[in-house]
Amino acid sequence: MRRVLVAEDSVSARAFVRAVLEGPEFAGRSGGCEVLEASSGFDAMRLLPRGPYDLIITDINMTDINGLELIRFIRKSAHHASTPLLVISTLRGEQDVERGLALGANGYLGKPFTPEQLREACERLIGAGDTARSGASPAGRP
Amino acid sequence: MLEGGGGREGADKARDEFFNEAQELVDGLGRDLLALDAALKKEGQFDAELINDVFRGVHTLKGLSGLFGATRMAGLSHQLEDALDDLRLGRIELTAAVLDLLFQAVSLYTRLLTAEKGELPEPAQEVEELLSVLGQVSARRAGASVGTVAQYDLDPGLFGVLTEYEEHRLRTTIQQGLHLHRIRVRFSLATIDSALDELKAAVRPHGEIITYLPTGSGTDAETIDLEILMASAEAPDRLRAAIQGPNVSIDEVPRRASASARPSLLAPRPAEARVPGEFGPVPPGPSASAAADRGRAASLAVEPQNPAGAASSMGLSRAAVPRAAAAGEMSLRSITQTVRVDIRKLDRLMTIVGELAIVKTAIAKLSDQARTRAIGPRELAHELQRLNRTFDRHLAQMQGGILEVRMVPLGQAFDKLARIVRQISREHAREVRLVVTGAETEIDKLIVEELSDPLMHMIRNAIDHGIESREDRLRVGKPPIGTIALNAFQKANHVVIEVEDDGAGMDPTALAAAAVRRGVVSAEEAEAMTSREVMALVFMPGFTTKEVVTDLSGRGVGLDVVKTNIAKLGGVVDIASDVGIGTKMTITLPITLAIINVLLVEIGGRLFAIPLANVDEAIALDETHVRAIESREVLSVRGASLPIARLQRLFGMQRPRVSHQRAFVVIAQVADRRLGLVVDELVGQRDIVIKPLGKSLAGTRGFAGATELGDQRVALVIDVAALIEEVLASAETRRLAQIENEESSRRHPALRRA
Repeated sequence: MRRVLVAEDSVSARAFVRAVLEGPEFAGRSGGCEVLEASSGFDAMRLLPRGPYDLIITDINMTDINGLELIRFIRKSAHHASTPLLVISTLRGEQDVERGLALGANGYLGKPFTPEQLREACERLIGAGDTARSGASPAGRP
Repeated sequence: MLEGGGGREGADKARDEFFNEAQELVDGLGRDLLALDAALKKEGQFDAELINDVFRGVHTLKGLSGLFGATRMAGLSHQLEDALDDLRLGRIELTAAVLDLLFQAVSLYTRLLTAEKGELPEPAQEVEELLSVLGQVSARRAGASVGTVAQYDLDPGLFGVLTEYEEHRLRTTIQQGLHLHRIRVRFSLATIDSALDELKAAVRPHGEIITYLPTGSGTDAETIDLEILMASAEAPDRLRAAIQGPNVSIDEVPRRASASARPSLLAPRPAEARVPGEFGPVPPGPSASAAADRGRAASLAVEPQNPAGAASSMGLSRAAVPRAAAAGEMSLRSITQTVRVDIRKLDRLMTIVGELAIVKTAIAKLSDQARTRAIGPRELAHELQRLNRTFDRHLAQMQGGILEVRMVPLGQAFDKLARIVRQISREHAREVRLVVTGAETEIDKLIVEELSDPLMHMIRNAIDHGIESREDRLRVGKPPIGTIALNAFQKANHVVIEVEDDGAGMDPTALAAAAVRRGVVSAEEAEAMTSREVMALVFMPGFTTKEVVTDLSGRGVGLDVVKTNIAKLGGVVDIASDVGIGTKMTITLPITLAIINVLLVEIGGRLFAIPLANVDEAIALDETHVRAIESREVLSVRGASLPIARLQRLFGMQRPRVSHQRAFVVIAQVADRRLGLVVDELVGQRDIVIKPLGKSLAGTRGFAGATELGDQRVALVIDVAALIEEVLASAETRRLAQIENEESSRRHPALRRA
């Protein structure tokens, strides 16, 4: 069972991600998935110690602790330094994407996205995480 | 859009969440815009945080509508977001005309959501019109010229994690001459939400929080360390005194001594951004080179103060603003019927369910014992009685708890009204102030939803027909700006809402004349009416006050619709007016529609229920105290006269009452009107759930619904407000109503069967 942490302040966007990742189609590709929802940056920090996670998904524009700050924090923490990290955000300019990746995100998906785009991105990142753990090659950027 | 994806159930749930969240966001936008409007009017400026809230709301809406395939809404949000971004970054100025557009967007959102549900066609054209105007508004996005100025000693990594807006606030506050401070704080994860709120409240009077940076290792499951970057005009000592706490420390971020050219922070170099560490320990000295040597300092880019021309002048003529959808034709009702509930209330309900489960177990055990005859009949009866009492008590708690969960503050409806007031008063160039009291008064969620539209009609009516023009007001010595007061309060088992204006008021004589001219009543009838009855004419179908009160061309808002809608909620609406002083309409409503306490009575051998909220008292009927005055029967009760209605006759029930039996009078009251209802028998008190009458009986007046009594019997629930209305109407209409009532009740299959 895969465990995915989603940090996103919109309840319906979280429900969307959950519906896609816990749906039958993704289950066929990932071997089943459990989604943990965090409704803010702080909430995500609260859930981080409950890891490990196979994938962390975060939004950027959140109040208080924004997604970028969260990414920076995650990458500094020993437990999650190599956990695959996917950004989902309406900020989709070149600079925005670069900034997210520079901070250590492994993938960047501009909103809106289709269920299939989300499935693809998650599948790729979770797969890369597996490879990295098995020591074959580092979890490369996409 | 999600269909191909997750499980059907998950997708449906996500879509439901979408509607709930979008509706909440739109409501929030409306509130924020009103606050902006008020601040702009009062002080000519506003809190930057407010416009940022609006931006964030629209931003979230954009993301959501895109995800859920609401393309038109996504398009609107996109354009709106651009304009709001310009606003919050100071590229364009917030004027009343811009606010108009934003308010329009809010009402379009509501319509788009309704359309998305498939309940209405999409307001495609209105959206297009608004989009084209918004397109003109958005500032030309010139590449921001970034001049670098010597600034603070901050970790370059910081700039990698600031959003554009946070960066903007950082620059703006520095331009305003504020100092930067760093608050280090450790929160316990368990209490972080409340601790954070306290901290925010403590900071707010002294400055602005730019951003929160989590520090620490992220491996501690108990605490979070934060560095909070704050801008303030005050000295560190004063801040330390104001913002105290066990794990709080505050330092001023030192300024760098001199300027040095630094890469633009808008595009941080990845390598630099990856430098781990907090945003800089306080360097030993304010030496620029020392800091630079450590390779951690970055200079802060500051744009030159917006030159006057940069805030694009909008030159928006009112003509360029697309005509607002007529407020009178749109509905303020929410598209969702969700109630957000405090989890503690649900916990209490859960506890009660637990108690009920215990009772159930006890009953199961008892029935086992009874089956095996391990318990004698007397003991069994005793135990059953005891359990019944316990069960009763918990059920009552459960009922109370569920009612509480259904309750929401009236403010939910009032917020939307404030928006309408602003829109209508701008349409008519009438200056109106809305003063609200009692917004916290709680009422059943369903009632709040149904109230929005009638209240909107009433307020529209007050502005259209009540409030005079500025010149007229000044001429009679009134303040130039009209006031509409919206007051809500609880009174016993009812909620009272008053809509009061300080406008021209209504002249009964003129009203009566207009009613006669329009054929609503005959001249003789008008003659016989009290002034109160005349006032009530405004609620008659087909009546308009247009030519009577003002010559402003009204939309002919039908107050009869208001009355009907309020009546559907079991309420009544009254009107009082003084010429030259103003008009007050009063709505009296039950607090809830769900479970009501009734008095069961027998009339002509059938059961009827009278809501206890409307019952003052019940007395035995003494026929010797009944007198006929004109065509009404009046009973003297303790020296006062009370009109009475013999329900058996009124309902057209044929079976004669046994004559030796003594009848009773149930004294019913709605608002300040009283009526004695003559019934055969008082049966008792009961809590009931009202079921609506079927479609075929839906038009029946006088009954609020029916209820099952649990022993296969059915009782009709008397709509006391409607009944009083019918009976106390003027003599002539009363007789007609009675005939009509008799005829319709003869057609009632329900009555025949009951």
